[in-house]
Amino acid sequence: MNFKLIISVSRSLLMARLKQTLIAAVGVTFSITMFITLLSFMGGLNSMLDGLVLNRTPHVRLYNEILPAQHQPIDVSSDYQGDYNFVSSIKPKNERPDLRNSGAIIRTLRSDKRVLGVAPKINAQVFFNVGSIDLSGVVNGIDVEEENRLFTFSDYVIEGDYMDLKNTPNSIILGKGLADKMLASVGDVVQITTSRGERIQLKVVGYFQSGLQDIDKVQSYASLNTTQKMLGVPNSYITDLQVKLLDMNEAPAVAKEMQATFDVEAIDIQTANSQFETGSFVRTLISYAVGITLLVVAGFGIYNILNMMIYEKMDSIAILKATGFSGKDVNRIFITIAMTIGVVGGIFGLLFGLGLSAIIDQIPFDTQALPTIKTYPVNYNPKFYIIGGIFSLVTTYFAGYFPSRKASKVDPVVIIRGK
Amino acid sequence: MEQTILEAKDINKYFHDPVTVQVLKNISFSIHKSEFASIIGKSGCGKSTLLYILSTMDTDYEGQLFIDGQAIRGKKEAELAFIRNEKIGFVFQFHYLLNEFSVLRNVMLPGLKLAKQSEKEIEHRAYEKLKILGIENEALKNPNQLSGGQKQRVAIARALINDPLIIMGDEPTGNLDKKNSQIVFAIFQELAEEYHQSLLIVTHDNSFAERTHRIIEMEDGSIIRM
Ligand SMILES: Nc1ncnc2c1ncn2[C@@H]1O[C@H](COP(=O)(O)OP(=O)(O)OP(=O)(O)O)[C@@H](O)[C@H]1O
Ligand SMILES: [Mg+2]
Repeated sequence: MNFKLIISVSRSLLMARLKQTLIAAVGVTFSITMFITLLSFMGGLNSMLDGLVLNRTPHVRLYNEILPAQHQPIDVSSDYQGDYNFVSSIKPKNERPDLRNSGAIIRTLRSDKRVLGVAPKINAQVFFNVGSIDLSGVVNGIDVEEENRLFTFSDYVIEGDYMDLKNTPNSIILGKGLADKMLASVGDVVQITTSRGERIQLKVVGYFQSGLQDIDKVQSYASLNTTQKMLGVPNSYITDLQVKLLDMNEAPAVAKEMQATFDVEAIDIQTANSQFETGSFVRTLISYAVGITLLVVAGFGIYNILNMMIYEKMDSIAILKATGFSGKDVNRIFITIAMTIGVVGGIFGLLFGLGLSAIIDQIPFDTQALPTIKTYPVNYNPKFYIIGGIFSLVTTYFAGYFPSRKASKVDPVVIIRGK
Repeated sequence: MEQTILEAKDINKYFHDPVTVQVLKNISFSIHKSEFASIIGKSGCGKSTLLYILSTMDTDYEGQLFIDGQAIRGKKEAELAFIRNEKIGFVFQFHYLLNEFSVLRNVMLPGLKLAKQSEKEIEHRAYEKLKILGIENEALKNPNQLSGGQKQRVAIARALINDPLIIMGDEPTGNLDKKNSQIVFAIFQELAEEYHQSLLIVTHDNSFAERTHRIIEMEDGSIIRM
């Protein structure tokens, strides 16, 4: 096949209608630009919002749920084996909410190859005493260094040094909202009542802000030691183990396995945060829908241009056929024109899309809620560019398909007779 | 007996719109190599229709057609395009040049399509053909910068580029004034006498027809003299 000739004829036809073809190409460029920008921005937004929760959520959380016993004594009794036994108002027995044998579990987990790290945690319900008012809140006892390594704790400490939590005995970092309610500033001492009625005084060494108001209003952090002392429990007392895996997608399987092995409750991140994935999914879907709509509109532009060109060039098509070009050749000529518009428009679209995303990336985005974000988030995922490129080619191909077929079917006799 | 290059056997052609009419009735004749034949007849007698069939562009007919010994009926569209490209040069009443290309490029196009030679050689040949027709100086112009007579000569050069078996013309001088008609006709004669080119030309001008080797006269879709 003589591609050089096809391309040369296509180019001449294209040049003869340069203005219109340029406009058609600009349509493609515009839609691809918007497509890339939209997806990059949405992608950035998605990972930011996901990060807000997911970065600080353990992939698997091990804890001890206080539940009534699964089997009541009557179930075991041989006298009533064949009967249905109804026991109402079952209550859990007095059990401590901590993980038994936590030391051994931590050691086992840390030697597991799939595990990136384990951060132990104590969850303690407390009251913060402000004058005569008690505010309910939570003290999270954490292993400061491990918490920072796995969940970038320091990113959210907006005032004070997170390491003070470890270095200063009896210290606490308060949620910004909580500190505001208590009018407590760094250096102040706050009084806390535990659920068993014991009172303890802790020194405020910083604030943290997670970006989720509900959390910032009730949560606070202290070191494991401080919390254990506050609760009057031994060193081994741990209520939660936060496990971070190398591959987040393994979480459900690993959770199941741990639940069986250690005889504790285990919840994976996917189950705990399914609504976030739905949100990301919907946002991505909308971006794709808008992008594809733009492309389809651009496709109609190309379709129009080609139809017009074919209408104008009937004589030329007839003479090409009369002098030995086959229908297939004519078809190829017009497909080449369509694809040229698509490729050129698409390449510029990808470049402009990259440029526009880069500009958005520079726009300051200051929000109280998101201490780590300084500019609008943008995700430069090459996947968007590949999809955008493929889409531009596919739409232009289909936009060119029908006009080209029409051109290839032109009967030279009809045209020549018509003169 | 000279070699037959084109042979029509019992060709019948009907148009069905608006009512079925037979425009060609049992047309049978043949053209020999180096023959310069003309077709004459009253307007509407079916000359153009016959020529479109002979040039393989119209495939909707009954009967047999042989070009260079090959049966044409039943061939695929792409095969017919190839035969037109290689063996037939066509000159229309209107020049039908492509305004997107220079004169030279217009002449070259069928040669580039055939691609039997390199682009350089085809360009060289195109110049030669333009020289035969006396318009080599216009080679780099755009077709719409030429006069009607010049355009028609470019069209003839284009028809010649692949050294076709036969050149067919449907009133190639029909759109030209007397002087230009004479020039074009002189060219056809020169091609026939000096280059032994086979030609089959439809014309209204009986004085031109008289000067061809052979006159085929049609009436009401039939050949009445040949
Ligand atoms: N597409 C068509 N549908 C129906 N009838 C047609 C069609 N094309 C041509 N005809 C008829 O066929 C007959 C032959 O037409 P044709 O064009 O071959 O005549 P012609 O001999 O070339 O005439 P002229 O010398 O005026 O060019 C005419 O009567 C014409 O009306
Ligand atoms: Mg006619």
